[in-house]
Amino acid sequence: MAAPSRRRFLVGGAVAGTASAALGARSVVRDSGAPAKAASGHTGGHGNGVNGPTFREGGAVDHRGNGFHPSKILRDFDYGRVSHTGQGRVLREWEIVAGDKEVEVAPGVRFPAWTFNGRVPGPTLRCREGDLLRVRFTNGSAHPHTMHFHGIHPAEMDGVPDVGLGVIDPGRSVVYEFDAKPFGVHLYHCHVGPLAEHISRGLYGTFIVDPPQPRRSADELVMVMHGYNTTFDGQGNQLYAVNGIPFHFMHEPVRVRRGELVRIYLVNILEYDPINSFHLHGNFFDYYPTGTRLEPAEYTDTIAQAQGQRGICEVRFPYAGRFMFHAHQTEFAELGWMGFFEVTE
Amino acid sequence: MTVDRVGSARAWVPAIICVVLIGVVLVALAVVGGRTLPDRAGPPIEQLAVERNELSPGSITLTLRNTGPDPVQVAQVFVNDAYVDFDGGTRPIERLDTETLRLAYPWQSGQPYQVSIVTSTGVVIEHEIPAAVDTPQAGGGFFALMALLGTYVGIIPVVLGMLFLPALRRIGSRGVRALLALTVGLLAFLAVDATIEGLELAGTGGGAFGGPALVVLGAVLAFLALTAVDHRLRTRARHGEPRRVSGTRLAFMIAIGIGLHNLGEGLAIGAAYAVGELALGATLVVGFTIQNTTEGLAIVAPLTRRRPALSRLLGLGVLAGAPAIGGALLGATVTNAELSAFLLGVGVGAIVQVVVQMAPSLRGRDDRVLDPATIGGVAAGLLTMYLTGLLVIA
Ligand SMILES: [Cu+2]
Repeated sequence: MAAPSRRRFLVGGAVAGTASAALGARSVVRDSGAPAKAASGHTGGHGNGVNGPTFREGGAVDHRGNGFHPSKILRDFDYGRVSHTGQGRVLREWEIVAGDKEVEVAPGVRFPAWTFNGRVPGPTLRCREGDLLRVRFTNGSAHPHTMHFHGIHPAEMDGVPDVGLGVIDPGRSVVYEFDAKPFGVHLYHCHVGPLAEHISRGLYGTFIVDPPQPRRSADELVMVMHGYNTTFDGQGNQLYAVNGIPFHFMHEPVRVRRGELVRIYLVNILEYDPINSFHLHGNFFDYYPTGTRLEPAEYTDTIAQAQGQRGICEVRFPYAGRFMFHAHQTEFAELGWMGFFEVTE
Repeated sequence: MTVDRVGSARAWVPAIICVVLIGVVLVALAVVGGRTLPDRAGPPIEQLAVERNELSPGSITLTLRNTGPDPVQVAQVFVNDAYVDFDGGTRPIERLDTETLRLAYPWQSGQPYQVSIVTSTGVVIEHEIPAAVDTPQAGGGFFALMALLGTYVGIIPVVLGMLFLPALRRIGSRGVRALLALTVGLLAFLAVDATIEGLELAGTGGGAFGGPALVVLGAVLAFLALTAVDHRLRTRARHGEPRRVSGTRLAFMIAIGIGLHNLGEGLAIGAAYAVGELALGATLVVGFTIQNTTEGLAIVAPLTRRRPALSRLLGLGVLAGAPAIGGALLGATVTNAELSAFLLGVGVGAIVQVVVQMAPSLRGRDDRVLDPATIGGVAAGLLTMYLTGLLVIA
């Protein structure tokens, strides 16, 4: 730290709040013995300093205005329009429209999102291994986009520039057609450059391929971990969320039953941070990386996923009550990526 | 009317014509040119300057000012990457308006904090608290302390410096000239120093009120105002005893100039204390005090040939020193970087005016301003200032 000089003293002193640097923080530390204690409680809610992070109390996101609700996204699986081909195969068809939409991503914060079917994350498309999938994609956005599916498919159906259908310009419609394989939990997203921006604006969703023999019946949930870079500087995110809205599940916990098998399709589509994680309080779960094997790889309470990684968590809650879940990258948690399970009888 | 008066009136005429001309051109531009300019496109420009932060256990209070052209709505706030609950900021902040946010945050003493204010459009405005300390509350005792500090730094050293007067009487006309030159050196150093301080300070304020231009504005206004005062004094002097009053007048002008400079110094002390910054204060106050004794010397330098009444000497001392008290009080209550910069500019203008006043007194018998005695004096003044300035660090 620079030695304090007369000038630094004058300048530092006159600028409230930045003066400490000018004078040397150590002396300040020594001088003031203010014990840190809990906030004086000017609001009644849970959101006082020591009680954890929160948005300004009393504000709420307008879910109706946004056109989607994180709690509904949890159990909203879109199986498409089902018919059969001449050969007796199951054919699933979806209509997906990309659009530009301003979304209230935190109380009072508007974000100019790019969306699939008007929501962030996009619809959870679900099928069974071996089905024939037909996705009619219409670009209703003012910007060129594609749909790129994870999974195994021909190059022409990959949804990247200069290959097959290539970039889909505004106003154009195309059909992506491919077989559903391999089984597991995957994702889809736009693949137009600059890639990070096209993804982080909201163009992503979950793509689930069920195994030929169905998994055990369970209360199934989709949780998409993502964030919003509201300053568009590409330097990390200002907001982190699961299923669209930060802190949402703090106020509206995920309701599950005690003893019932809960299956979470967990997807990490976070941009600008290399790793995200999921930690569950008071319980352990079986973890199936990518969901492509039927045997769990881990029995744990915390898993990490790099960008684009996903997996299945299976858990039975033995106790009733409220159990927190959040990114164990706690910075993400305190910027919105946290919530509660509410376990009832 | 005297010749001088006619001369000064003539000097003003071009200035007034210039101002009128500029006014006419600007109005014409606004009326004609304003219509041809395109509307500003793009997103709103959101700027907030944090003018003040106050820390009390468990809470951080920020005073914001909208320094940008568009209204700003504060949506959320996070501190060190954790969203916090807060009061205030529910309405959009209009241009140049202020707003207070009270954040609930369990800060730890001495730790740095980064406060991020998220606006309704997702823009993040960051404010750094380099080391958190409890902000002293401005009560009666606090103001009394400010007054005391102002007295230490302002009045006492100036009066101490004036005690050199009897000694100065014995040094002869060349010695007096050298002394006046020393004073010019001291003042020149102060002017440069205060200018740099003012410019640095103005740069931190967000620029809504003019930024560095405020220093220049303050300086020019002070220079003009003091020139006017000087004219008054000179006119009056002419009606009485023309030659003998000039020493007193010079001392008076020097006292005013130094007083305005001490206002700036007091301002800095007050502002520093308001944010709990006087942990090093004792050293700083002592440093200032020693340095300011040279100011007393400067005031009495023109008085060596007179025997002014003690009350008049004291009056000059108070005139030069008391503004430090006012500055300390002002600085403790108003921590606005741009206002402080403006006041520093006022001090600079005052000093420059005094230097201009003193220049004629430096002339020797051969009418040269720069004879060895004056050169030596100015250099010694600059060095003295520099060296006593180093004491503040010690
Ligand atoms: Cu895109």
